[in-house]
Amino acid sequence: MQATRDFSHYVKHLGSGLAHIDLAVEGVSCAGCISKIERGLSAIPDVTLARVNLTDRRVALEWKEGALDPARFIDRLAELGYKAYPFEAVTAEAVEAENSRFLLRCLGVAAFATMNVMMLSIPVWSGNVSDMLPEQRDFFHWISALIALPAAAYAGQPFFRSAFNALRTGNVNMDVPISIGVILALATSIVETIGHAEHAYFDAPIMLLTFLLVGRYLDQNMRRRTRAVAGNLAALKAETATKFVGPDEISVVPAAAVMAGDIVLLRPGERSAIDGIVIEGRSEIDQSLITGETLHAAVEPGSEVYAGSLNVSGSLRIRVSAASEGTLLAEIQRLLDHAVQVRSRYVQLADRASRLYAPVVHATAFLTMTGWLIAGASFHDSIITAITVLIITCPCALGLAIPTVQTVASGAMFRAGVLLNSGDAIERVVAVDRIIFDKTGTLTLPEFDVVNSAAVPADVVELAGRLALASHHPVAAALARAAGAKSPLPGITEQPGQGVRGILKGEEVRLGSPTFCKADGLANEILSRDPEASVVAFARGEKRYVFAVCQSMRPDARAVIAALQKRGVAVEIISGDREPAVRAAAEMLQIPEWRAGVTPADKIARIEELKRQGFKVMMVGDGLNDAPSLAAAHVSMSPISAAHLSQATADLVFLGNRLAPVIASLDHSRKALHLMRQNLYLALGYNFLAVPIAILGFVTPPIAAAAMSGSSILVMLNALRGRHVPQETL
Amino acid sequence: MEVIVFLVPLALLLGLFGLLGFLWSLKNGQYDDLDGAAWRAISDDDGTPARPVELRSESRP
Repeated sequence: MQATRDFSHYVKHLGSGLAHIDLAVEGVSCAGCISKIERGLSAIPDVTLARVNLTDRRVALEWKEGALDPARFIDRLAELGYKAYPFEAVTAEAVEAENSRFLLRCLGVAAFATMNVMMLSIPVWSGNVSDMLPEQRDFFHWISALIALPAAAYAGQPFFRSAFNALRTGNVNMDVPISIGVILALATSIVETIGHAEHAYFDAPIMLLTFLLVGRYLDQNMRRRTRAVAGNLAALKAETATKFVGPDEISVVPAAAVMAGDIVLLRPGERSAIDGIVIEGRSEIDQSLITGETLHAAVEPGSEVYAGSLNVSGSLRIRVSAASEGTLLAEIQRLLDHAVQVRSRYVQLADRASRLYAPVVHATAFLTMTGWLIAGASFHDSIITAITVLIITCPCALGLAIPTVQTVASGAMFRAGVLLNSGDAIERVVAVDRIIFDKTGTLTLPEFDVVNSAAVPADVVELAGRLALASHHPVAAALARAAGAKSPLPGITEQPGQGVRGILKGEEVRLGSPTFCKADGLANEILSRDPEASVVAFARGEKRYVFAVCQSMRPDARAVIAALQKRGVAVEIISGDREPAVRAAAEMLQIPEWRAGVTPADKIARIEELKRQGFKVMMVGDGLNDAPSLAAAHVSMSPISAAHLSQATADLVFLGNRLAPVIASLDHSRKALHLMRQNLYLALGYNFLAVPIAILGFVTPPIAAAAMSGSSILVMLNALRGRHVPQETL
Repeated sequence: MEVIVFLVPLALLLGLFGLLGFLWSLKNGQYDDLDGAAWRAISDDDGTPARPVELRSESRP
């Protein structure tokens, strides 16, 4: 049975006979790749557009609908040496991209207005001290108003909207004082211009918007970039299912295109993308991604199989059931929903600062006005002074203090292999004083690995690896990977459930179960030493070798645990796996606290217990069974190999085989929070200096403009210090 | 000094052209792939890519 690939799910129909598909491509990194891919794909007849996006590592393709099968593009890219996967943009990502573009448009408008208003303001400032005619000054003011008002109305939208939303729900955020400051400054300036006054403040509010938009845009752009990478990785994991489209005809389709009631084929070595019930075949499945249990479970017709299970030995036909029917998944989903609700109550540092800041500033302005009235100043002068207080305290630096640090820190973490899923993760990571690790797939590598290859002669390892290429069994796949085998041996036959065998130079070679290779003695010897291992035996003529395969620890796990403990962070293991396996891991990593055989609900209970004791818990886990506890913890982290649901729930996702990103995220976040606090103090310190001047009525437009840009630049420069955080080598 | 009545609007008009140009380039998708744009500038458009570049990309996995 040869499977056809069906990508119609990903194809967008543009109308006028054109079709569009986005592919995520691995390994695109230079100009050569761009031209090679674009030329290679454009050469296919009917292709109208092939464009590589190097930033997002994607290819956009358009072609005339008809004979062309999208699978052909993937084959063509494979011929060119690139692995490509059809890609479906998540709505969240499209929204981020649109936001990013909108902020850039606002920034363009605000920057244009700032430059031109400034061009008009500087002559007025210098003219005020020399010989400018009042008519000329009014003319310049009116033109400034003409530029600044529409520009502020357009470029201020992100702030006005957010302020309005906050006020409507009875909250105050940083955008409230910003919006009030901008609107009041512009309104006063118009009133002053109508009254032929000497000072108008058109430049300050529009400049404020420009600076703030720079910060917002950079922040948004970093977030968009992270999402694009995460989206690609999700596409590379390619959740597909082999669906029966006829009694004997199969087609590989994306998991999203499989409906309840469909029948899918799950071959050995494949991971199920769906939940369902076995209707034909017997096998063992590895459910470690779902339950954390590393011991394989036997399945037969009638057994349930959950998405994420790895089929180990025999082919299965599975009838797809709706996701909600699976009791385990439904339970996990219920726990998850609850935990997510609880967590959204966290208040970000910026909002906490503005809750304090806004009332103080507005009270100060009000007191200034009443003070001047009591002192005998005219009503007009008192109001103008009060408004200059608002302008000078308008939280330009304060509004930049946090997003700039966040941008720099998330960029630095991105380079360290950590992707930020949620905007406030940095602040929450800092408070962490206890980290709970899941074992399977988190402390250990997600893939199997050969642990005793040093004990076997190198040529035997190589030969066994090439032999292993003929088998679908995951243990054999691990052996092939460990041996770096590329070319399979010819004439190998597979004995289902037992192993593979063939003839090499007149000698019989076998790879498979110890019994199949008559190596039970050797295998039992290894198993008695390491009961957690799986074994695969190799026989050549009379010689016998046995490979022990298990999920080994991440290479730097021990060093990372030690480094965490050195930083005063307590570490514990909570796993759904059996006690001996968890105990062995805990002893090896020198973690005194561990729990084995824990259900998802008990994991949450443990986290709640720690929370009550006042601990800030970070949960690091990858399995579906970890998803609710990831959401329940103060902050959470998942490896990129994690189950889809867990990854979507985690605040941070880390890449690669090493555990070091956990340390990196901690260090970078601590540094970032330090800089955020420093920036807030810088901004406040500036206000302490400037506010008395404003209250006394000495602030002129040039002073306001200089103070505003000076403090903003200071805060931005300080944020840049977050780029580098010293990392010890682990 | 009456000349500023013409010069100032003229300066603003030039600035406006700049802004419109920026908005057009944004709409045109020129900021969607900044990394790629940096490389495209040095790649040849004539259909015969420079040999070293081609060789290097051939050797990629």
